[in-house]
Amino acid sequence: MLEISLNIALIIMSMSIFVCFIRIVKGPTMSDRVVALDTIGITLIGIIGIIMIIQNTLAYAEVILVIAILAFIGTIALAKFIEGGVIFDRDRN
Amino acid sequence: MNANTVSEIITGILILTGTLFCLFSAFGMIRLPDVYTRSHAATKSTTLGVLCTLFGAFLYFWINDGYVSIRLLLGIFFVFLTAPVAGHLICRAAYVTNVEIVQDASKVYVKESDSD
Repeated sequence: MLEISLNIALIIMSMSIFVCFIRIVKGPTMSDRVVALDTIGITLIGIIGIIMIIQNTLAYAEVILVIAILAFIGTIALAKFIEGGVIFDRDRN
Repeated sequence: MNANTVSEIITGILILTGTLFCLFSAFGMIRLPDVYTRSHAATKSTTLGVLCTLFGAFLYFWINDGYVSIRLLLGIFFVFLTAPVAGHLICRAAYVTNVEIVQDASKVYVKESDSD
């Protein structure tokens, strides 16, 4: 019973990633695409959590942490690039 | 009703709730008219859905194997902490670069459905 519901959950998660991909393709501005990419990263964390239960292992817990950190850093870098044109400022203040 | 059945029921309900929240946020991203409303849908709802899914996995390993995974708890805490901050930064960047705000979303829907 849990197997069936986990497979349904995987299908629903991949559907939501596909819908976010549609927003990435046709988003009018760059901020839309960055929001959709951030959402895809967070949804991927949920997919890895489901795969951990399916394979009955705890080996992917670090993968969750690494994807969360990388999605956050990439999103704030892109936000800073959209806002000011540079990611690392040159002046001290 | 042994511990295995209880863990299966709790895990199944939590994971299906979380995935449904993710699907609702994805359809909110495709249907809403604006960057700010899209970010509103994406940030809150996806964060809650993924938190439900990871908490279901945490409870599954706790009840079934008797193993409390600190790394999963750390992942839950980190997602809960960073996803709204990322949404805030993206919204501020969109506002600074003069992305327009749709004032009345219902009129946009009426216009789109009339043109279709």
